[in-house]
Amino acid sequence: MSAVVADTPRTDAVRSGRVLYVASVVLLCAWVIVPLYFLLVNTLSSPEAVTSFPKSFIPAFNLGSLEFFMNFQGMLAALKNSVLVATLTMILSILIGAPAGYALSRFDFAGKELFRLLVLLTRAFPLPLLALPIAVMFINVGLDDTVFGLALVHTTLAVPFAVLITFSLFSGIPTELEEAAWTLGCTRLTAFTKVVLPLILPGITASAIFAFVISWNEVFAAAVLTIENRTLTAFLLQSLAESPLYLKFAGGFILVVPALIFIFAVRKYLFAMWGIANR
Amino acid sequence: MAEIKIKNVAKRFGSYQALRSIDLTIADQEFMVLLGASGCGKTTLLRIVAGLDAPTEGEVWIGDRRVDHLPPRDRGIAMVFQNYAVFPHLTVFDNIGFGLRMHKLPNEEVARRVERTASLMHIDQLLQRYSGELSGGQRQRVAVARALAMEPDVILMDEPLSNLDALLRLEMRAELKGVLAESKTTAIYVTHDQVEAMSLADRISVMNGGLIVQAATPVEVYRNPAERFVASFIGNPPMNFLPAQNEGEGKWRVAGHSVDGPNAGGDELVFAIRPEDMHPSATGIQATAKVVEPLGPHLLVTCDIEGAMFRAVLDSDMSIRAGEAITLAPQAGRIRWFDPQTSRAVA
Repeated sequence: MSAVVADTPRTDAVRSGRVLYVASVVLLCAWVIVPLYFLLVNTLSSPEAVTSFPKSFIPAFNLGSLEFFMNFQGMLAALKNSVLVATLTMILSILIGAPAGYALSRFDFAGKELFRLLVLLTRAFPLPLLALPIAVMFINVGLDDTVFGLALVHTTLAVPFAVLITFSLFSGIPTELEEAAWTLGCTRLTAFTKVVLPLILPGITASAIFAFVISWNEVFAAAVLTIENRTLTAFLLQSLAESPLYLKFAGGFILVVPALIFIFAVRKYLFAMWGIANR
Repeated sequence: MAEIKIKNVAKRFGSYQALRSIDLTIADQEFMVLLGASGCGKTTLLRIVAGLDAPTEGEVWIGDRRVDHLPPRDRGIAMVFQNYAVFPHLTVFDNIGFGLRMHKLPNEEVARRVERTASLMHIDQLLQRYSGELSGGQRQRVAVARALAMEPDVILMDEPLSNLDALLRLEMRAELKGVLAESKTTAIYVTHDQVEAMSLADRISVMNGGLIVQAATPVEVYRNPAERFVASFIGNPPMNFLPAQNEGEGKWRVAGHSVDGPNAGGDELVFAIRPEDMHPSATGIQATAKVVEPLGPHLLVTCDIEGAMFRAVLDSDMSIRAGEAITLAPQAGRIRWFDPQTSRAVA
């Protein structure tokens, strides 16, 4: 009997710990899910339901707003542009960032620390400050209003992250693994492709996704640098400013969903980037 | 079939002189251990032979080829690393077969060699596992098997046992010795553990400050250290040293006791003797026991001789207590002499 009494405070502490834990999880999930849920409900409600009160928490599955968007002039073209720009950004920032990250982690060269600082410094200039000169320059060389031109700008935004993420990835791979590969018959290149690359591929993928999302969400440069070939964000920004509320919800929904699906599809690699073992 | 010749090799890292001037010939099938404290250059020398570091000066020959300009893959070597360097994304089978596949051996040959070396290292049950599913000792076995499967002319090992726990280290040490003797490869083995060096080596190269101080058989290094450094580095407890004054005609005065020594000029030498070569006697060197440690078979007695610390390993039947006076005589033939200026051995 006394044993039970002695046990009670400890079980209480454990229980309140669990309650706190569950509450935190619920709160964090709500933080993410509730806005998304409202977005979904309002997107799938009829225009009248969006503005009426009280609200229903069950979507009416009225596809009117979405249908309107699907048939909206230039909408699909903008979606295509967004995907193109983001994909290009993803490829370019890895092609540029990963070798830089490898060099930073494996070689000693003069100005290495300065270079690391400079990489970050590209994020120190506010984009609005750079947008106008870039726009003028792009017009001069004929890159204005092109998918490639915008991808270049987005790449400069994404490259610092790509460099620093891949730098830490490469640094996490012991040099001995490469050296062992050299002694076993590899050249520097084959040691990289057969040993280093398979090991960092999850991390590279994660940093690529990061670049994709940076580009997908970027609106300022996209709005300034494109006129005809707008990306989805710039297009919606322009079209929705004057639109009724229910169309704003639908626009937001269209913007959020592809990014969500993409991140969900590759979530395992994101965990790898954050060092959470999920095997 | 490979003799290794290292000719006048030096290595600088910036202004730091890691290796001064190394000349060393390692015979075919010899097991050479590079022994020294950390920072003595032993790992650098190994990496230069492997081709992972380039020498600033000098030449490296394996067999009848000069290799110092060749990449590691063209040197006919295999290496075992301190942290094993087992590829985590490959199974044990693919790890052992990695080098064989890189050399484009046919699949049957790869499988044959992997299975042979795996059973040699007793890891044939683990071939489908990944390195994350292995213990440290098992990873070590994979690393050795991977090197042996290459059937290299030379196998290089960089402190391969230092990450294992003591018991496993003992077991692997004996196993390595057997496996390597059987494989008939030339081996260079880097360690800071003198017991490991003694037990494995055909010859030991004792290194200090970027130089090889002495290269000789384990017994020779132990009995006839070429320098005072070797005498104090090898042996646990290390050699004892006492100053000696010349009394002329090959007689030297050591702590008030006259000892036969070299018939050499000079007023001073350093008298040196191993702790186990001192015996209690009626006449000899007067000492005061400070600490007495019974170790089972022996008594380790730390004494004071004219203010200098002196250790003697005595039979455990002796009854001696701390604070007691004791007279110790050195065993003739085991006394060594060093020049106090150059620290070199004097015959």
